Amino acid sequence: MAKLSYREAVAAAMAQEMRRDDRVIFLGEDVAKAGGVFKATVGLYDEFGPLRVRDTPISEQAILGAAMGAAMTGLRPIAEIMFSDFFAVCWDTVVNEIAKARYMTNGQVETPLVIRSGNGGGARFGAQHSQSIENWAMAVPGLKVVAPSNAADVKGLLAASIRDPDPVLFFEQKSMYGTKCEVPDGEYVIPLGVANVAVEGTDVTIVALAAMVPKAIKAAEILKAEHGLSCEVIDLRCLVPLDTQSIIKSVIKTGRLVTVEENPRLCGWGAEIASIAAEELFWNLDAPITRITTPHIPLASVDVLEDLMIPSVDRIVKTVSEMD
Amino acid sequence: MATAKKPPEKYPLDNSERLDLYRKMAQCRVLQQRAYDLFMQNLVKGTTHLGQGQEAIAAAFGQAMKEDDYTFCTYRGHNHNHMRGVTMTEVLGELMGRDIGLLRGKGGSMHLTKVENGAMGSYAIIGAHLPIAAGAAWSAQYRGTEQVAVCFFGDGTTNIGTFHEALNFAKIWNLPVVYVCENNAYMEYTPIGDVTAVPNPAADRASAYGLEPILVDGNDADVMYQTAMTAIEKARNGGGPTLIEALTYRHHGHSRADPAKYRPEEEVKEWMKRDPVVNYRAKLLTIAGIKEADLKSIDDDVEAMVNEATEAAKNSPPPPDEIAFTDVWADGGAQWRN
Repeated sequence: MAKLSYREAVAAAMAQEMRRDDRVIFLGEDVAKAGGVFKATVGLYDEFGPLRVRDTPISEQAILGAAMGAAMTGLRPIAEIMFSDFFAVCWDTVVNEIAKARYMTNGQVETPLVIRSGNGGGARFGAQHSQSIENWAMAVPGLKVVAPSNAADVKGLLAASIRDPDPVLFFEQKSMYGTKCEVPDGEYVIPLGVANVAVEGTDVTIVALAAMVPKAIKAAEILKAEHGLSCEVIDLRCLVPLDTQSIIKSVIKTGRLVTVEENPRLCGWGAEIASIAAEELFWNLDAPITRITTPHIPLASVDVLEDLMIPSVDRIVKTVSEMD
Repeated sequence: MATAKKPPEKYPLDNSERLDLYRKMAQCRVLQQRAYDLFMQNLVKGTTHLGQGQEAIAAAFGQAMKEDDYTFCTYRGHNHNHMRGVTMTEVLGELMGRDIGLLRGKGGSMHLTKVENGAMGSYAIIGAHLPIAAGAAWSAQYRGTEQVAVCFFGDGTTNIGTFHEALNFAKIWNLPVVYVCENNAYMEYTPIGDVTAVPNPAADRASAYGLEPILVDGNDADVMYQTAMTAIEKARNGGGPTLIEALTYRHHGHSRADPAKYRPEEEVKEWMKRDPVVNYRAKLLTIAGIKEADLKSIDDDVEAMVNEATEAAKNSPPPPDEIAFTDVWADGGAQWRN
């Protein structure tokens, strides 16, 4: 075990997979010589050279198109879209091409690729560099959607994503790049679609993702200490495949379900989970399902306003403590 | 403004190769004509974008490409797919939504694909496939396979961003890719000249990407063959990308809904005189050693092929319900949750 930062875990996972499989190649803006604007890919260019780690022009459609063309002809590309907001300029390639190709061609075309992207707020970058768009991705048939909450999960889930035969959108939470935790040495892979019970509890199930997980864990500690409530925190890790069984098992135990989402409210991922719970767990619920989300507005840049919008530890504590 | 030039005849064809090129064009012509007839009989579901008049381009490239090269084309891609070995039955079956169709009805007229033949897809979002073709070329370059990617698209594509992103990408990475703009004079219903800053939508932009402007007669099969061979060999030998603008004309409207009434009668008449299939047939008759009987025999064969394919497609049932739920994921299924 070594203590790695979230950003170091990105490079560690990519290096691990590039060493074991020379079909893995990597492209994006400023990713090679500069090591990425978030410094998440430092060292890869030096180790794997210019043929496998390539700087591109500012051409998001070409980056993802090239990744798809490489994937459908036998390679395992990793593409970086610097900020997830930029998916809006290349969403056709993701949705109409990468995600649909296998189905439309009756199973012929394979697109085993990973698109890594800096996602989410908290960095005071304003509304065009701070969105959480994991719910856009979740809405597209044919995409797997991963969003890790800590450095160890970054390493294990990114490795699994690279090995996965389906296209994966891998959302790295920008505000977490500097956070550190113990990360297993050597080859480390966490299967996709398996949620992590981060905190065990008996009174309330809190389902969270990415940057909302540490907040939910902190809130659970406060709720225990100050309100005597035992919260179970589930780190979803992946929206697709969605580990509904972990949620179902937990809610059967607790009878209460709260989702904590960074994406804007309407059609956020928690709405799907609430829908599943309403259909399948109705008679197990002791209280209304509650969603804690960013409101349905663009994010402001200044810290005081941005912090007001993104779910906070205080908001989670207040909401859960006031549940019936 | 660039002008259409004849390339030197660096890759001479013998008579049997010429007959083969004619056969290819004749196949494309009857296949497209049959697709038209079938939808007039209401046997084709959805829409269809036909390529009568543009056969020389697909046929010449079909002749020039190697088996493991990659083809990327548009929704007007029946000819290009057929030239890579997709059978008439597979095409017509797909258009008619039958189980025998190339994609068992899951793709339709606009998405013909046969990966095992290097027919890497027909793309229905304008321009989307230009970067994808660059990616396949990148892959070939990385793997050292000497494969070439050929990417066909229309004149309208030159005004969308992916055209420009892909050409820049292909040039800076020196990719083995050949971009072929089939300039059929109309962006769907609008004359391309009305909506484009330059007279030749592809050739006049080539220099912006460090490429030679190439403007050729896309209705002359021999010209197209020489052009194709030159570009493909250059790509295969590490010479990088080529952008070709081939001048041609759609005999029909944009799609099945379009009677193409917006085209001046004189213009249509003029282009019909330049029919690539009719003209190549006439040209071959002037060549020593090729007889009318040779061509007639090809015409008869091709007619028999399309009749047989039509019958096979008509006799095939629609696909079974269960395939609606297959192949979203690599495991063959459609499950997104446990």
